[in-house]
Amino acid sequence: MKTESRLEKVLASGALAVTSEVGPPRGCGVDIVKEKANMIKDYVDGINITDNQTAMVRMSSIAGGVIVKQMGLDPIIQMVARDRNRLAMQADIIGAYSLGINTMLCLSGDHPKFGDHPNAKAVYDVDSVNMIDMVKNMREESKFQGGADIKIPPKMFIGAAANPFADPFELRVMRLAKKVAAGVDFIQTQCIFNLDKFETWMEGVCERGLDEKVSILAGITPMKSVGMARYMKNKVPGMDVPDEVIKRLEGVPKEKQPEEGIKMAVEQIERLKECKGVAGFHIMAIEWEERVHEIVEGAGLYPRPQV
Amino acid sequence: MENFEPEIVAFCCHYCAYTAADMAGSKRISYPSNVKIIRVPCTGKVDAIHLMKALEKGADGVYVAGCLEGDCHFKNGNLRAKARVARVQKFLEDLGWETERVAMLNMSAGMGEHFAKTAREFTEKIKTLGPNPVKEVKTASKAV
Amino acid sequence: MITAEQKPIQEIIGYIAPYDKILLVGCNECVTVCAAGGRKEVGLLASALHLNSLKQGKTIDIKEITLERQCDPEYVEELVSYIGEVDAVVSMACGCGVQTIAGRYKAPVFPAVNTKFMGASKSQGIWEERCQGCGDCMLGITGGICPVARCSKSLLNGPCGGTSNGQCEIGPDTDCAWRLIWERLVALGIQDRYEELNAAKDWRPGGGAGPRKIIREDLI
Repeated sequence: MKTESRLEKVLASGALAVTSEVGPPRGCGVDIVKEKANMIKDYVDGINITDNQTAMVRMSSIAGGVIVKQMGLDPIIQMVARDRNRLAMQADIIGAYSLGINTMLCLSGDHPKFGDHPNAKAVYDVDSVNMIDMVKNMREESKFQGGADIKIPPKMFIGAAANPFADPFELRVMRLAKKVAAGVDFIQTQCIFNLDKFETWMEGVCERGLDEKVSILAGITPMKSVGMARYMKNKVPGMDVPDEVIKRLEGVPKEKQPEEGIKMAVEQIERLKECKGVAGFHIMAIEWEERVHEIVEGAGLYPRPQV
Repeated sequence: MENFEPEIVAFCCHYCAYTAADMAGSKRISYPSNVKIIRVPCTGKVDAIHLMKALEKGADGVYVAGCLEGDCHFKNGNLRAKARVARVQKFLEDLGWETERVAMLNMSAGMGEHFAKTAREFTEKIKTLGPNPVKEVKTASKAV
Repeated sequence: MITAEQKPIQEIIGYIAPYDKILLVGCNECVTVCAAGGRKEVGLLASALHLNSLKQGKTIDIKEITLERQCDPEYVEELVSYIGEVDAVVSMACGCGVQTIAGRYKAPVFPAVNTKFMGASKSQGIWEERCQGCGDCMLGITGGICPVARCSKSLLNGPCGGTSNGQCEIGPDTDCAWRLIWERLVALGIQDRYEELNAAKDWRPGGGAGPRKIIREDLI
């Protein structure tokens, strides 16, 4: 094992891993974080805490992660390249590790234009690939990015995101290869609705042997309504929602659409269990955390393994 | 001011508007003598500074009259003029001047009636706006 | 060139309100090319300022002059014959020019344009940002497209996951720089270059070590 991360242990055991996420509050107080974490805790191997998602200020991922850790659970913190320079990143990483956090995701971060502080100066001192390389060297070489030694190095299990659906498509396997070469341990993909395209991407990934070097968790988001499906199709960058998904939800009366969405999520998981290279699932059900258990149970992934 | 007779400058392109003005003249269709015509080879020759200077020197209203869109003898000179008139209107707006003091008109060479009609309409419009503020200052102090 | 856009006229009027005699200085280089502060624009701004004063029943004295450029002391020196006769200077040059004038003369100097970016003409009337002066040009390895200036996130190992139809997530009018880089690498037959990891940037040559200077000993 490279780290103490529960996620690493589950993946190493050969079992399919499950992670989900909690969006921290836009204000102070620990209760919301605890409430959401409690809804999903028995159904996941790790809980992502997002980092100023869509460039809107929220309680920091590390603060949320510490709350989750204090509950005896397994936080996965996220760090975006947008808001911190390499000094702040490394300081936060050694701080987070010292507080018991051992798993983190390295991300570029949505552009500030989308958020509540479009007038801020975006940092982007290093990009997500540089960040992966940096965290790996902190762990393996006990060195800061500037070259100096780290007294007690942080042993972080390193994750990143992948979007098989953004264009150009032919680049997407190569970009994953870059992250793997930089040292990433696990990937959580963007939410998948176009399973054919995802499977094509996975074929490319496996052809290059990348599935042996990195654990890929397929992103699953249950649709609450046909309105949500249309919004995601048309308004969210890098999202691929096929017409069949919209049609299926349209064919069901409004009150039944959430059920249908959950059902579709479970079907996606069942199909992707058979897909070579898929090592687990990352369930993103923002503001719908109470239904995560249904998806995990429905897909036969409950209870979570003892490791 | 009663009996205010505006001074209007009209930049007219040789191929259309000027010819239309000529036609109005030869057909004895009268148009206000307030309108002083300046003939240009194409309205594309008229630049923003010409319009601004006309106003600076006391013109109460300025318009640019060119060929119908799509028929400019020099392809798109009248479109350039249109864009420049719009730019000057924006300056005037930012300065708190009435944007109606400048305008872009289009007509064909045979539209003598139209030339006279638009000349009349523009003159009436400027009458309602009142004289160019420059005039008051000119009488009070030395010329710009 | 360095691009600029004229400031809102009310802002300029605000700066010169206390003054009666203005020296309005244009520049024959970059701001002429992007139609913001050359001879023509000096004429237009002077005319606009006159119209403004006249509307308020006043006159204003404006001397119009356009220098070859305002970022060299030799040219700025030409203003010495006029500076004694004015209360204030309004410069239509980029920030470099305004500061050169302010450094040479005692009179108050005001900018008439907002300096924007280093860019190139896409076609008549359209200029786009191309360079951010990072001081360590990597165009040789990115097929001639700059990821620092043209990627909204300055990613050195892009693209991010937000590309949509080849355009940046910030909007459909912005090309995804990494999509452009990829297309160039493919066109040049060097797409394997894409997988080479570009290390985290050293921002010192790009201004990270403070205001920059170049000294050429052989030219001093």
